[in-house]
Amino acid sequence: MKTLINISLFILLTASIVYAKKPSEHIPDMVKISAGTYTPLYVNDTTDQSEKVDAFLIDKYPVTNKEFLEFVKENPKWRKSNVNKLFADERYLSHWYDDLTLGKNVNPDAPVTNISWFAAKAYAESLGKRLPTVAEWELAAQADESNPNGYANPKYVARILEWYSKPSSKNLPAVGSVFENYYGAYDMHGLVWEWTSDFFNALVSGESRADGGINRNLFCGTGSVGATDFTNYPAFMRFAFRSSLKANYTTESLGFRCAKDIN
Amino acid sequence: MKTIYKLLTVFIIIGISLGINSCSESQSAEPQKEIKAELTHAPFVPKPIQRDYPAKVRVDMEVLELVGQLSDGVEYTFWTFGGKVPGEFIRVREGDEIEFHLHNHPSSKLPHNIDLHAVTGPGGGAEASFTTPGHSSVFSFKALNPGLYVYHCATAPVGLHIANGMYGLILVEPKEGLPPVDREYYVMQSEFYTEGAYGEKGYQPFSMEKALQENPDYVVFNGSVGAMVGDKSLRANVGERVRLFVGNGGPNLVSSFHVIGEIFDVVYQEGGTSVKQKNVQTTLVPAGGSAIVEFDVDVPGEFILVDHSIFRAFNKGAIGKLAVAGPENEIIFSHKIEDKIYSGADSKFGSIDPTTGKYRESKDEVYKPQFADQAKEKNLSNISTENKSSNSSSSSSESDIAKLGRQIYQSSCSACHMPDGSGMVNVFPPVKNSDWIDKNGKAGMISVVANGMNGPVTVNGVKYNNVMPPQNLSDKEIAAVLTYVYKEINKSNETVTIEDVKKHKNNKQLSSK
Repeated sequence: MKTLINISLFILLTASIVYAKKPSEHIPDMVKISAGTYTPLYVNDTTDQSEKVDAFLIDKYPVTNKEFLEFVKENPKWRKSNVNKLFADERYLSHWYDDLTLGKNVNPDAPVTNISWFAAKAYAESLGKRLPTVAEWELAAQADESNPNGYANPKYVARILEWYSKPSSKNLPAVGSVFENYYGAYDMHGLVWEWTSDFFNALVSGESRADGGINRNLFCGTGSVGATDFTNYPAFMRFAFRSSLKANYTTESLGFRCAKDIN
Repeated sequence: MKTIYKLLTVFIIIGISLGINSCSESQSAEPQKEIKAELTHAPFVPKPIQRDYPAKVRVDMEVLELVGQLSDGVEYTFWTFGGKVPGEFIRVREGDEIEFHLHNHPSSKLPHNIDLHAVTGPGGGAEASFTTPGHSSVFSFKALNPGLYVYHCATAPVGLHIANGMYGLILVEPKEGLPPVDREYYVMQSEFYTEGAYGEKGYQPFSMEKALQENPDYVVFNGSVGAMVGDKSLRANVGERVRLFVGNGGPNLVSSFHVIGEIFDVVYQEGGTSVKQKNVQTTLVPAGGSAIVEFDVDVPGEFILVDHSIFRAFNKGAIGKLAVAGPENEIIFSHKIEDKIYSGADSKFGSIDPTTGKYRESKDEVYKPQFADQAKEKNLSNISTENKSSNSSSSSSESDIAKLGRQIYQSSCSACHMPDGSGMVNVFPPVKNSDWIDKNGKAGMISVVANGMNGPVTVNGVKYNNVMPPQNLSDKEIAAVLTYVYKEINKSNETVTIEDVKKHKNNKQLSSK
């Protein structure tokens, strides 16, 4: 797995030099997330392992089918008939009619799903952006409509849990249709799961050290051992979801949005 | 020469085919033959295994998250092994090698896995089967230990995955098999934690708060209220032996599993393979555990499966039914032979005042029956004249009638229709504020009491499909109990007279609405 990611990083780094031609024209569609701290769901011991997160920009909306279509028009290697299977499994963009046609059942303004981590990363880099880290994503997603720490509000947690518990809908609605949070980011919960740059090792701790792999502590009753907040069920569900992925996997309910440093 | 050559060829061919045969026989000790497991939804169980050798068994199980009915008009998102709760029943043989294919449907929101308690190995297969939506995982295990085992999803947060319905049973039959029986059924208890209270209509999300408090609104058999009643009741015939594979998915509660009116002849406690106990009334089924019970059904009738932590049965849905058909055996069970007035004249409690529980102070106060037998008859006959002379009938006679009505209601009706007449949603219709009673009136009620009722009926918009046996009551008693239902339970001025009863009791045409 790690080798795979390394190889891909090499390829993508090379590729991103070419893709990065578009400057920051999407930045108006990004919102600023203030600096904060993120406490991983799982920690090694009782020492404070909170992670400081610098202020950063994140896309207001998840990336849409229409936006991703533009990307594949310009980057033929990410069309579904061309894509290297190492970078995207067979379900990649399977809801689209063909390489460059969405098809009548696909809402162009709905979030793009059936996207691999590699594809999401390539898209972000083509715009001079990147994927958010788990810490960044979690910080941005913690906010409800009126408060940067929405998890203090049990109703917000219950609402998220309810969405996570329902099967995904075949016909996703347009982005911006669920809710706008404190920072002005839309649909952080309630529409799709979202890729993060470090999904494969995040949340175990800031660094993997002696954790012994991402599946540690995941199953059955031991799932709560070492957890920092074992009442935040949605956090466990995100953790489990991320743990079940590999970078070339694609899923009907998994999309992404981009992030960017503040220079 | 040619003939010899031909003969030789024939011998060689026979030899080869014999060789192949003997070869396959010699391999039968090792599991070589691959078989696809037959899986069944509750309450059904795959056929007993006839093989006397271990095999490679392929199990394909699909995880699907879907909205379904938890009770009539109550929807819930179930996470399922095989599309229903509980998950499909798997039956294998001791020594089998099981190749397990877990498919997570592309529409799933979450990754899932399976921890089979029949597995010897880390996580019971949980890590090996951890599967993201739209993927499949394969792992294999050898069924080393026979017994009846629970399986469940073990993805974090595990309680939630179980609470939403991810559990089922796998039977590893011992090499020698289980003793043959006539009927086998799969019964799995579990509880559901909903935002709304029991019976609250509409879509109900999971309540994490109630789950943490271990305070469910629903405790059910086979995944929903009423999953094993009416035309979905378990069935058997008099003289048959019934085996129930009972599991408890939890996630929290321990079941006191009991079948009303039956005694378990044998119990394989906790799903083990030796009979640990005979002649058991109630057996404990731990959360994440099981039991196998067997009993002969000797008389016909309805036998109710309950969790004898009894409020769960009466108020939270833990009820199932076994309907046994066949001839009566009045020696084993007679039904009611006689119902007569008990005056209390000979009661040994005559000197106790029931309102205080203390002995009465003077002998003068000792309880005496209020009426002799003749007087009783006279009083009862007032029912028939009550309407005509309503103002003239004495208050004491009214109270006697009311008393008789209450007595009969309590002894014959309240067990199902509840002491306050509110019934039990989906199982027993209410007699209080019932639109069926409004529409069908005295005539309908008299006919139901006198002739019984079965089949579907809709009361206050809720469907019921159950059986009410004819009540063995006199005309007077029917009049009294129905007057009680009108006056005391429904606070109406309606009364039912003996004439009413005589007029309507032979009408067997009943409305289902």
